[in-house]
Amino acid sequence: MEQLLEILRNLHDDVDFETEERLIDDGILDSLDIVTLIAEISDRFDVTITARDIVPENFNSAQAMADLIRRLEEEN
Amino acid sequence: MLFTSYEFIGFLAILLIAYYLVPRRVQAPLLLVASGVFYAFSGWENLLFIAFTVMTVWAGGLLLARSIGRQKDYLSGAGKELAAPEEKSYKETQKKRRKGILAAVLVLNLAVLAAVKYLGFFARGINGILGFTGFALPIPTDWIIPMGISFYTFQSIGYLVDVYRGTVPAERSLWRFALFVTFFPQLVQGPISRFGDLSATLFKPHPFQASTLRRGLERVLWGYFKKLVIADRLAVAVLTVTGSPDTYRGGYIAFLLIVYTVQLYADFTGGIDITIGIAEAMGITVAENFRRPFLAVSLKDYWRRWHISMCSWFRDYVFYPVSTSQAMRSLTKGTRKLLGDRVGRKIPLYLSSFLVWGATGLWHGANWNFVTWGLCNWAVLMISEELEGAYGAFHSRFSFADGKAWKVFCIARTFLLVAAMNLFDCYATLSQTFTAFFSVFIPGSWAGFRVSDLLQLGLSGSDYIVAGAAVVLMFCVSLLGAKKSVRDRLAAKPFALRFALILLLVCAILIFGAYGRGYDAGQFIYNRF
Repeated sequence: MEQLLEILRNLHDDVDFETEERLIDDGILDSLDIVTLIAEISDRFDVTITARDIVPENFNSAQAMADLIRRLEEEN
Repeated sequence: MLFTSYEFIGFLAILLIAYYLVPRRVQAPLLLVASGVFYAFSGWENLLFIAFTVMTVWAGGLLLARSIGRQKDYLSGAGKELAAPEEKSYKETQKKRRKGILAAVLVLNLAVLAAVKYLGFFARGINGILGFTGFALPIPTDWIIPMGISFYTFQSIGYLVDVYRGTVPAERSLWRFALFVTFFPQLVQGPISRFGDLSATLFKPHPFQASTLRRGLERVLWGYFKKLVIADRLAVAVLTVTGSPDTYRGGYIAFLLIVYTVQLYADFTGGIDITIGIAEAMGITVAENFRRPFLAVSLKDYWRRWHISMCSWFRDYVFYPVSTSQAMRSLTKGTRKLLGDRVGRKIPLYLSSFLVWGATGLWHGANWNFVTWGLCNWAVLMISEELEGAYGAFHSRFSFADGKAWKVFCIARTFLLVAAMNLFDCYATLSQTFTAFFSVFIPGSWAGFRVSDLLQLGLSGSDYIVAGAAVVLMFCVSLLGAKKSVRDRLAAKPFALRFALILLLVCAILIFGAYGRGYDAGQFIYNRF
């Protein structure tokens, strides 16, 4: 989770990712951010995030992203 | 059928009455028949095109569903004991098969779209050349592009990709799927609906509710107001200026920049109001396509507010798949090695955006004007992205940049930027577009221009006053609707006041609507897509 938060803070250092739960719904993360995020996550955690995983439920909060990463790691 | 035609008003009136008189389980089939009739008005042969898309995509969806179902059954039954590597290999094979089905149906439908759009382009080109000799080949260019083909093809593709991704279950019923694709209010100019969203209300029975019908019709009325009083009126002047690119330069183009953007806004949002209003009158929810785009503070913000369904379609079905593809991941590895982490990561990102915006431009029209328009948007967005750091520094240094005046400046700047790029819609060739645009900055092009010359473009002084007043009303109503729906505010008022306002609106449309004039100008700008 700490690694994920570090990645997120590198993207936007002015956002409180520990509490924010509407990152997509409120437009805090845009499509370029999402793609950059996916590339970083894929590198750091050795998972493959594809377009089918890019739904608000998976990216609205840091916790949701952590859950997605865990699910993909288990599938591997 | 144009929305602004007597046939359509008659068709709509009959349909709405029938819709609430028939047994509820007949409502959806009735809509399908109505959509077929509506579409047939644009040409019987066009029905073949839309039927082709309906059949192929529906069948593709069922094939995908069968494959997904079989995989699930196998892995929970006979394949339960498979070791991890074998299970992975089995899944990969099934995925490849599904990819093949998806690709085949996509290629088929995109090929039809491409052929149809390019054919029209070539036919017009041939006629244009022959026109110099006074001859013209009897190629019927009117019917060549089936109405709304860009919209319904993309809507169908979205459905199929959603089935492939497991986001929605495949629709087993052919007639229900056909209704999703052919739902007539959307055929003219979208929005591009998602199956998961639209199907939630499209197939349900809808008992008559006076408030629902009233709200829907109020919105339809508002759409007609924007279309007939503002857009069709301004179109006369716009067509005069753009019709003679050599005559009208300088001051006329400055006028055109503002007026065309206002016309486009009124025309497109008015058409969508009619679309959403008709659906709403029948109890069907169609997603919003605009969110006060004239308040955008940047181009990025603008594209979250304008033609939302198209933007999100390209994002979800082109940008994300392309930018997260294996090819892009490999490219990123390469560029990071070559150019370092920071720059290396951006190259594939900007390349994906380039492809998306090029495709967006091409979707709008099979000519260089639209492609250039798309790429201009891309260039501005990428430059803004790169300058974000500098903007941040600017804002922290200058506190006025947080104030209202700065916001107004950003809104005005964005409006002018969008207006400038909209010029690509106006002329047939790139050189005409650039010549017109740059003439605004050449003092010589303004020589002899007087503001009173704008009265020679087909619109009188009273036309401008009516248009101006209507535009102010349009923006005020839009702003009013930001916090609470205007129709809800209206519903809370006494009946007499509501009745009077609606009656005033109807009268305004009847008296001030630009009828008959420039009938061809009455074509919805986005109708040719």
